[in-house]
Amino acid sequence: MDYSQFLAMKQEIALLVVFLLVFLYDTFMPQRSGKGLPVFATVLMLIATIGGFCSCCLGGTCSLSAFSGMYETSAAIVAIKNILNIGVVIVLIQSIRWANGPDMAVRRGEFYELLLVTLFGMYLMISARHFLLFVIGLESASLPLAAMVALDKKRYESSEAAIKYMLTAVFSSAIFMMGLSFVYALCGSLYFETIYINLAAQMSPLLILAMAFVLAGVGFKLSLVPFHLWTADVYQGAPTSVTSYLSVISKGAAAFALLVILAQAFGTVYSQVWSWMLYALIILTITVGNLFAMRQRNMKRFLAFSSVSQAGYIMLGVIGFNGTAMAALMFYILVYIFSNLGAFGVIQAIENNCGKVSMDDYKGLYKTNPRLSFAMMLAMFSLAGIPPFAGFFSKFFIFTGALAQGSTAMYVLVLIALINTIISLYYYLLVVKAMFISPDESVIPTFRSSCSERLGMWIAVAGIIFLGIVSCVYNWLLGIGAHTAIFQ
Amino acid sequence: MSPTIPILILAIPLFMFLLLGLLGMKMSHKLAGWLGCLGMGTTLVLAYCTAYTYYFGGDFVGANGERLMSVVFNETWLAFTDKLVISMGFMLDSISALMLVVITTISFLVHLYSLGYMEGEKGFQRYYAFLSLFSFSMLLLVVATNIFQMYIGWELVGASSYLLIGFYYTKHSAVSASKKAFIVTRFADLGFLLGILVLSFTTQTFDFAELCGNPTAQVTAFAGKTFMGCSLLTWALILIFTGGMGKSAMMPLHIWLPDAMEGPTPVSALIHAATMVVAGVYLVARMFPLYLWSFDATTFIVVVGAITAFYAAMVACAQIDIKRVLAFSTISQIAFMMVALGVASEGEGQVCHHGLGYMASMFHMFTHAMFKALLFLGAGALIHAVHSNDYTAMHGLRKFMPVTHITFLIGCLAIAGIPPFSGFFSKDEIMAACYAWHPVIGVWMSVVAGLTAFYMFRLYYLIFWWKEHKIEHGHKPHEAPLPMLIPLVFLAAVSCVAGFIPFGHFVSWNHLPYDIHLDWTIAGISVTIAVVAIVIATVMYRKENPLPAKMKALLPALWDWCYHRFYWDELYMFITHKIIFNGICRPIAWFDRHIIDGTMDAMATITNKASVAIRGLQSGQVQMYVWVYLIGALLLCGLGVMAVIL
Repeated sequence: MDYSQFLAMKQEIALLVVFLLVFLYDTFMPQRSGKGLPVFATVLMLIATIGGFCSCCLGGTCSLSAFSGMYETSAAIVAIKNILNIGVVIVLIQSIRWANGPDMAVRRGEFYELLLVTLFGMYLMISARHFLLFVIGLESASLPLAAMVALDKKRYESSEAAIKYMLTAVFSSAIFMMGLSFVYALCGSLYFETIYINLAAQMSPLLILAMAFVLAGVGFKLSLVPFHLWTADVYQGAPTSVTSYLSVISKGAAAFALLVILAQAFGTVYSQVWSWMLYALIILTITVGNLFAMRQRNMKRFLAFSSVSQAGYIMLGVIGFNGTAMAALMFYILVYIFSNLGAFGVIQAIENNCGKVSMDDYKGLYKTNPRLSFAMMLAMFSLAGIPPFAGFFSKFFIFTGALAQGSTAMYVLVLIALINTIISLYYYLLVVKAMFISPDESVIPTFRSSCSERLGMWIAVAGIIFLGIVSCVYNWLLGIGAHTAIFQ
Repeated sequence: MSPTIPILILAIPLFMFLLLGLLGMKMSHKLAGWLGCLGMGTTLVLAYCTAYTYYFGGDFVGANGERLMSVVFNETWLAFTDKLVISMGFMLDSISALMLVVITTISFLVHLYSLGYMEGEKGFQRYYAFLSLFSFSMLLLVVATNIFQMYIGWELVGASSYLLIGFYYTKHSAVSASKKAFIVTRFADLGFLLGILVLSFTTQTFDFAELCGNPTAQVTAFAGKTFMGCSLLTWALILIFTGGMGKSAMMPLHIWLPDAMEGPTPVSALIHAATMVVAGVYLVARMFPLYLWSFDATTFIVVVGAITAFYAAMVACAQIDIKRVLAFSTISQIAFMMVALGVASEGEGQVCHHGLGYMASMFHMFTHAMFKALLFLGAGALIHAVHSNDYTAMHGLRKFMPVTHITFLIGCLAIAGIPPFSGFFSKDEIMAACYAWHPVIGVWMSVVAGLTAFYMFRLYYLIFWWKEHKIEHGHKPHEAPLPMLIPLVFLAAVSCVAGFIPFGHFVSWNHLPYDIHLDWTIAGISVTIAVVAIVIATVMYRKENPLPAKMKALLPALWDWCYHRFYWDELYMFITHKIIFNGICRPIAWFDRHIIDGTMDAMATITNKASVAIRGLQSGQVQMYVWVYLIGALLLCGLGVMAVIL
């Protein structure tokens, strides 16, 4: 065996090392040094992230594969993993205070271990070029999440959310596997390459069923409507750190993985079978997500539906099907990470300090905690896509990427998406209105958030402000998109 | 020339703006004021060094002895196409070096003067921040390497003028004056922008070096293109001039300048007398090589200028507010400069009378900046002393304020064109150029010059002579403090000697130095007219006498019209309120409120209803979730089938 193949997996190996070190620390360090674990894990993850930027495959048409073509990495894949890493670092920074809380003393290690395992699964999903590996990734990115959702086990909602998530995830996996088995039946192989070649000649009802089931399976991870119903309950019930991880990292990884599957495995049947399904899913996702988000009063539930509708926009980048659209997708994910984590950072800080999560409690927040309200406002503006914040540019690029395809259907889709942007503006501004305009006295007292919370928020705010203005980030992704070999 | 000093000239005022704007409230008034003065003083020294290097350094003289146009630095800022590029740069040539000197000098003096004038005002630091912003914008405008950079500076000076006119934002009249100034000039700038677009679309460049360095090539680009019976070049140039009309308060866009006097008086001296309002003149001068090619455009400029000059002089004779008199006098004098530029051209690239008008215009711009700033600052000192803008509240102040009196008199003599004060020389050149172009214009402008002398001395006598008011409660008018007197004395000194500068050596239309010869016939006529006008003013206003009232009774209509500024404001009010608001805005507002808002409201209602309708989907039951999931997957199959069939 050629061991040099392992070198292609530098990022996975780095992650495994982090995981092992965290595991060893958690297992063998004495009880009293347990409080050092969150910082330890965060720093390690930060190092792994920086290491990711020194990886071998950073630009150009570079592409490496391992395990007889089951695993592949290229500039785009390295880039998306780096983006996910950045998000994870922010999530970890924001969760330091929560992880050091009194309730978490026993379960502190588990949070980090499970989180790293799911991230590893997502890496595999992105890099897989064989459905076996993909399923391993999918499962290891799904099942540990159920445990993470249940971490807050003294809270009834947390356990309920976990069991709901577990049941629907299992169901979705079953459907996905069924779809895959149909694909195997049609092509006789699970290699993306072979499927790509063989599938074109296999137009049959079975193929359609297979495609629909595969899409439903990935759609579950992305929480596309109508596979999204778990989202609200789980987001609300899970500890906020887990929710923020779930909303950005898991979603970003699934979106990119779907892009890879679509392009590399099912590219030949895309226009015949997939396009309509995807159009319908996108319209439904954006619209239904928006309609539900309008009525939510619980901030976490509100962000759950907002993230459902954001998934629709992300999907616009997935179906653009060219290098520009891919760059726009990656940029969108990056910006979405910063914006959503900015919002979750504020929610978490408030929850940690006074346990309030209802939008009604946010009324008049500006008077007591102006900085927090300001960060929240920026996050909301960015999510709504108001210039000059990053969210505007990411939406703009994703629309241009989609329009670059040039078909009429795309114009209609983008139009619908634009109309929905207006609806989304309404509910994002509801939060801003509650904080700044409502005359009520705030029920949230003035407090000083901890260092880690502030650091996390500062990073998110800096990202929201600068990603839009500093053009080099997008240009970097655009360069990667231009050279990618994902679209054959 | 290394770009360090030019960059500093722009950067220091900008930095001062940011510093005073952001941290000003944390400083004491004194510190903020002195910081502002220090910043501007440094800029002044640097600008003088730059101008000295340019005029006397020898590096900027071409093979034939002409002064070169030098781009010190030019950074691409925004590229539309390969050719249409907006750059940010610093251009040094004979007129921009001149403007550097004028702007920094007046700005520094105003900074200094304001230490006394604005003492104890609320928002003192904000005032200095805005002054710095204005200085930065104005410098950015004059050193522009391309027409778009000039446009950016143009808008920035407009914005800072708006901020400074409305400085006393609790005063209703100041707020509406600032709005009026902004709206009127913005409206004119629309023409400027259109002109830029026409010009750059045809010539494919924004760059002054290309536009003005090689005008024949640009004119060729315009060859044969006409629009509505006029050549496209003329259209572009007239549209650009429209912007200049707004900023330089030419008729009919002059209405904002008298109202702009609501701002603090030093601001009027800096912005509304010496620098910003001559931006229009500067613009035409900058594009002069192109204007040479369109006789129609220059004739238009001459006509607009001549009418404005006469109109403003007439109105100035009947105003009570001393700042208004000075404002109309400014309008009239700027019109002189415009006319001078216009009469320098004979069309088809030919200049009239060796292009004397161009030099005269720039000369007058320089001398006018000095004596008009002097007059405004003097007026400021008077207002400071009596707390009123009306001459009726003043009278007989020469006994209380000797320094102000003498300096103001020098200003009046300069503007009236009495030798050896500076105004005589520059105005004489303008007259010579006018007579050479067409005698009618020459006579017309001579009449205006006579009016100028008349209204200035009317103002002078009404302020400083007559019997002083009874002093009540021991509140005696007092001479201004030292920081206010230094600028007055300095400017008076400049107004005495500036006429002897051999201006033709520094600025001329083709950048070749030449000697100015006084045309003694014309000079004699001008001086005679001025002296006669002063004598008339003396007879009428030296002491309180019934003569003015008799004159008023003789021509009541003329007096009324002059006093009410020929009812221009009322005309504008009529057009905007009665015609535009009623005829256009109200129907649009109705459409907006009922049709557009109605549609939006209906959409919002539908969205809300839909949101309520689908609420049941999220029941919280896992069984239901799974069912929906399955149905969704099957529906997807249906869509797949449809896609295949279709």
